[in-house]
Amino acid sequence: MKISKLVIISIISFLTISFRTPSFAGEHEIVSVSETQENAAAHAEGKERLNAGKLIMEHIADSHDWHLWGHTAIPLPVIVYNGERGLTVFSSARFEHGHKAYQGYRLNEKGKIEAVNEMTDMDAHHATMNEALTAGSYDISITKNVVSIFITIAILLFVFISVARAYTNKRKGLAPTGLQNAIEPIIVFMRDDVIKASIGPKYEKYVPYLLTLFFFIWINNLLGLIPVFPGGANVTGNISVALVLAVLTFIITTVSGNKNYWQHIFAMPGVPKGVLVLLTPIEILGMFLRPFVLMIRLFANIAAGHIIALSFFCLIFIFGQESLYGTGGGLGVSPLSLVFTVFMAMLELLVAFLQAYVFTLLSSVYIGAAVEEHHHDNHH
Amino acid sequence: MELVKPEFGLVFWMTVSFLIVVFILRKFAWGPILSSLKDRETSIEDALNAAKKAKEEVANMKAENEQLLKQARNERDMMLKEARETKDAIVNEARAKAQTEADRMISSAREAIQNEKMAAITELKNQVATLSIEIAEKVIRQQLASDDKQKALVNDLLKDVKLN
Repeated sequence: MKISKLVIISIISFLTISFRTPSFAGEHEIVSVSETQENAAAHAEGKERLNAGKLIMEHIADSHDWHLWGHTAIPLPVIVYNGERGLTVFSSARFEHGHKAYQGYRLNEKGKIEAVNEMTDMDAHHATMNEALTAGSYDISITKNVVSIFITIAILLFVFISVARAYTNKRKGLAPTGLQNAIEPIIVFMRDDVIKASIGPKYEKYVPYLLTLFFFIWINNLLGLIPVFPGGANVTGNISVALVLAVLTFIITTVSGNKNYWQHIFAMPGVPKGVLVLLTPIEILGMFLRPFVLMIRLFANIAAGHIIALSFFCLIFIFGQESLYGTGGGLGVSPLSLVFTVFMAMLELLVAFLQAYVFTLLSSVYIGAAVEEHHHDNHH
Repeated sequence: MELVKPEFGLVFWMTVSFLIVVFILRKFAWGPILSSLKDRETSIEDALNAAKKAKEEVANMKAENEQLLKQARNERDMMLKEARETKDAIVNEARAKAQTEADRMISSAREAIQNEKMAAITELKNQVATLSIEIAEKVIRQQLASDDKQKALVNDLLKDVKLN
């Protein structure tokens, strides 16, 4: 049973990594190609052109304001800590989309905050960058992704605390209704078929983390599919978020690791000493590789989903350019683009659940391996 | 590659907020939800077990009832049999008693008859003897009415007497 589960997991891993990632890479290539063509064309004609690659990358990257439509954006707080200047807090509207430097900081062309020598409110292009200060500055601004995380957390807290209240209020002990009824099967499924099945009898301690993990990723993935505020942020497709989640799983796995777990890493029982020399480094590498792959899988899948969805939309405007087919071209391509986008949205809906599920399942399996008791020595 | 470079700010906020949310949800959501689910599961299990037990009890009771019925039937049969036996015994005893009584009565009657018969015979004998004596007396008186006859008798008697 254990073996078949591992096989299924490896198949899932293989599929999610090897099938999805190339599509991401391929998409990226297309984007780069079109980017260079765009730039060349733009240079030739001497006017600003649609740059799909730049547009998509800007959309999936984090930013200091939340773009709503046209030139309307919600400015978000900028918080920078610097050992020399202390804590600086102001609205990102002060940057005027990168045109102005404010209180000794400015936005560079990548949208990152950097320190400048001049402390006065001035034109960004005339300010001089302070390399040492930039390196020593910690940008803890409430960016678009941070706001999106807060929105997700608000949803999580609202949904699950109200569901929890349904279990303890006057309907206690009665059949579940409404939201509780919708959430309960998922909780039970995750608890019984994912967490309990992977970790074993000591699963209870890990349920809060794993359930939060699952719903956090899932809700974030779903919010990412909504193109308008409060959705659209690429949170789980951001490497930082995936990194934090993977590191948390790694810490829990490592802290929970029992004697049996460490023995399997450093001295696999029943393996000759000569082979151990080869096996132990692989096992130690594997210990770090597992959360790393966990991070890459989530990040790549969700980022790829965003890139593909945006690419299909960009196709309309690429074909609609004067240099290509004009407005007619754009209108002609749009039905096809729409069909593709709807199809991708359906697929992404599945991927949103699947990635949350896979992340939680694999985290459970890793924790399960760490807390497993020694009882299968004849397998080696 | 800006895309794969973790950003300090986001890592910071993500770590802080995610950990806080895990702890809040653990205390206010997962705890109550999971414990209620567990309670419900145990109560369902208990109810199912109780139902099973009740079913078993009913089956047991049914078996017991059947046993009781069977026992009662057996007892009734036994009582009937006993009654029949008692009746037979009583009848037989009565019959035997009647027989012996009858026998006794017959034999006593027979004895009485015998006794009466004997008494009658004895009386008859006595009367016959008396009558014989009377007849003999009358006969003798007639025969010895004359002297001659008396003398002949005496002579006769004397003839028999032998002088020793």
